[in-house]
Amino acid sequence: MIDPVAFFTTRFPIGLNTIEEILGVALSRGGDYADLYFEYSVLNSISLEEQIIKSAARTISQGVGVRVISGERTGYAYVDSIERSALCRAAETAAQIASQPRAVGPVKIGFVPPGQDLYPVERVVGEQPLEERISLLHHADRETRSQDRRVREVQAGLTDEHKVILVASSTGRLTGDVQPLARMRVLCIADDDGNRQSGLSGGGGRSGLDYFNFDQISRYSYEAARQAIVQLEAREAPAGSMEVVLGPGWPGILLHEAVGHGLEADFNRKGTSAFSGLIGQRVASELCTVVDEGTIPHRRGSLNVDDEGNPTGRTVLIEKGILRGYLQDYLSSQLTATTPTGNGRRESYRHLPLPRMTNTYMISGESVPADIIRSVKRGLYAVQFGGGQVDITSGKFVFSASEAYLIEDGRVTAPVRGATLIGSGPESLTKVTAVGNDLALDEGVGTCGKDGQSVPVGVGMPTIKLAEMTVGGTR
Amino acid sequence: MSQPLTVDLLAEIAKMAVRQGASEAEVTGLISSEFSVEVRLGAIDKVHEANSQGIGLRVLQQGRQASGSTSDTSSEAIDELIATTVGMALHTSVDNDSRLPLPAELGRSTDDYAALDLVDPVISKLSAQQKVELARAAEEAAISSDERIVNSEGASCTTHFSQTIFVNSVGFTGSYAGTSISIITAPIAREGSQMQVRYWGDRRRHLAHLDAPEKIGREAARRALRKLGARKVETRSVPIVFESGATEELLASLFEALSGDSIFRHSSFLVGRLGEEIAAPCVTVIDDGTRRAGIGTRPFDSEGLPTRATVVIGEGRLNSYLLNTYTARKLDLVSTGNAVRSLTGALGVGAGNFYLQPGNIAPADIISSVKDGFYVTEMIGFGFNPVTGDYSRGASGWWISEGQLAFPVEEVTIAGNLGQLLREIEIVGNDLQFRGRLAAPTIRVARMMVSGS
Repeated sequence: MIDPVAFFTTRFPIGLNTIEEILGVALSRGGDYADLYFEYSVLNSISLEEQIIKSAARTISQGVGVRVISGERTGYAYVDSIERSALCRAAETAAQIASQPRAVGPVKIGFVPPGQDLYPVERVVGEQPLEERISLLHHADRETRSQDRRVREVQAGLTDEHKVILVASSTGRLTGDVQPLARMRVLCIADDDGNRQSGLSGGGGRSGLDYFNFDQISRYSYEAARQAIVQLEAREAPAGSMEVVLGPGWPGILLHEAVGHGLEADFNRKGTSAFSGLIGQRVASELCTVVDEGTIPHRRGSLNVDDEGNPTGRTVLIEKGILRGYLQDYLSSQLTATTPTGNGRRESYRHLPLPRMTNTYMISGESVPADIIRSVKRGLYAVQFGGGQVDITSGKFVFSASEAYLIEDGRVTAPVRGATLIGSGPESLTKVTAVGNDLALDEGVGTCGKDGQSVPVGVGMPTIKLAEMTVGGTR
Repeated sequence: MSQPLTVDLLAEIAKMAVRQGASEAEVTGLISSEFSVEVRLGAIDKVHEANSQGIGLRVLQQGRQASGSTSDTSSEAIDELIATTVGMALHTSVDNDSRLPLPAELGRSTDDYAALDLVDPVISKLSAQQKVELARAAEEAAISSDERIVNSEGASCTTHFSQTIFVNSVGFTGSYAGTSISIITAPIAREGSQMQVRYWGDRRRHLAHLDAPEKIGREAARRALRKLGARKVETRSVPIVFESGATEELLASLFEALSGDSIFRHSSFLVGRLGEEIAAPCVTVIDDGTRRAGIGTRPFDSEGLPTRATVVIGEGRLNSYLLNTYTARKLDLVSTGNAVRSLTGALGVGAGNFYLQPGNIAPADIISSVKDGFYVTEMIGFGFNPVTGDYSRGASGWWISEGQLAFPVEEVTIAGNLGQLLREIEIVGNDLQFRGRLAAPTIRVARMMVSGS
């Protein structure tokens, strides 16, 4: 077990008294609240293509962000060097957001350990030998190529990160965490006489590299090759409004785009979200219950504490179709007199925390997936997706299918080419007419972007049917 | 203790890497400072100040490659960076195309790039209060322009200064600075229960080149207001007019397909098409890394090669891919000086100032040339597959009926294939304006599938 306080105070020339002093400096112009976010992270990445190990890289990132809040205003500054004089300068800069200078001494802090340990870490930072990673990548390459003679190229990448954080706030709380994150990706290009298609697979979670074993990598490899080969046969995707069945797991990106972003508290307190003011109102069919849960062990979107030091939890966003809650960070919860939900997250010490999702999913219903497909006369069955995007204010969102099939007379028939699906956040879930009993979480590869900040997230969903949705095909 | 980044320090790092066993080494130093203010409904919302520096090291060991980076510039951290990076290079595979550029290909080692006009000294002299006033003026102009502008996502003013230092072990050293300033605002228009937001702004290297905040605000409001009342249309295939901003997004996808990284990986629909007619004769696409005061301008690329102007597509013919040294060697071609490398990542390919050359037809005349079609002003989503060229994205804009803008449209997709779209560009407008790295005028395309109700 690594003690984050000891990690920073032994590695850098600072002590708890330095942190207390800097918090005092941060409040010296009259701020209401201040916090310091210490980060040290090591990211290892290694990649294979053309059957050889092309490159290996290691990135060390360290620094401290100082935030001061005065009313609705936020001041922020950060430094890369973790030493007293640099921290003082950053604190003085951030403090300028307030304008009532006053004498503030050091702010007393006490360590509060996170109340949960969702991803125990024994040792920090990629000490596994490179040879181990290299053999995993070669395994992915061999397995993918062995699936089909039409596999032309394989790219595989492995990244693992360890991030140690310490959050000290002027409320007196000091807390910290050690956050591992591992991810593998396998990309396959298949070529059949000039018809070229790609398939992408992978997985990961909050864990060290021991997350991966050869069997699991064989599964990613099979999946990447299978997707590319299926696409070789794909015909043009249909265009227009039709019944859509989404498969379990990663298609839960629907929830992330259609409702998740729109329920982040910053947009709602400003009244700029299509969901503003809709708490207690129906925004989905009664079959839909959607939660955001940051406490699932080893999941990519999980955290022991968020990046403001608050414990993560489980927030019901939609209960049987009724909008119940927003995702809160410290600032929004203060301004709206609610409680933080443990969703204050940031990409790094260079960024301000914002309300963000963790793992967002819909709970299982009662329908049998095969029956759901049988109930569709003519529609689309989409099982794999690339990215998505949403316009928070109008509520319009898109997500792009990378593997989909036609449903004709209750049967899954021909594969179709990639197509973007578009809908309106507050409306599309009202059209959910069946929810399967097969909830699955995604494999652990999702990254969400907001205000230029990327954070790892998870999604999940059972098989669902939407009575209508616009499918952006070409025929 | 952290040390200041200098050419001498970086040259020493390259030397030490070679001494520890690397056959070649490249060192990049980046010093940047950014200051941004955000106001919302007239009040200060956020002030964000960022001063950072970092070092990136890339080593080659007889064709084996490894890279490392650190934001800690203490001598202990630098020693560790060199040792671990050189150590990693013992484990990667030999790739004979992984080499530094030849000395003859490298740019002249100098730090006098005044002719490129990348620095505006006025920007670093602006006070925080002046930046607040610029942002406030933009938001205020938006809000006061119409009573249906009822809310705002705020306005920001951001200034940026960066110094890039680059040294390699075959004798190149270079250093250049750049500034930029941007103003962005996002007013929200409401009518009935419909709310529409539109982000609009400008970013330049010189304050004097930047649109006035009032102009930015009024334009943002005009663009938010014209979305009110938007609705779906029926699914059908029609001619499409892309407003300049939407054409820029097509160019971003085209860039991905033209990048040497996609080509040598067989991951682009333009593989093997060099020398062929891939677009309509009215299409000329240029990447110019040397444009005076351009956002995408720099004197040398991330391998020390001088940047240049490359005619990528000339009157419809594919003349060149965009390449760095590695991808050029893979393809038996010559680098176009488009190497990019963030401190942390591997070497990649990036745009300079990448644009579609304008024609001579005014946008209004392009719209009036369409009897029944879709004028696309915004697109969302990631529905582009560079391997096949398949294109399917969410779109909004206006319906064109008998040459007139009839009503606003939203919640539809447009779909086709970028390869086919390039051949079906029928008119290129005269409204080219550089607001960033990518720029394009309005264009008309023969037809695409519009999917709605």
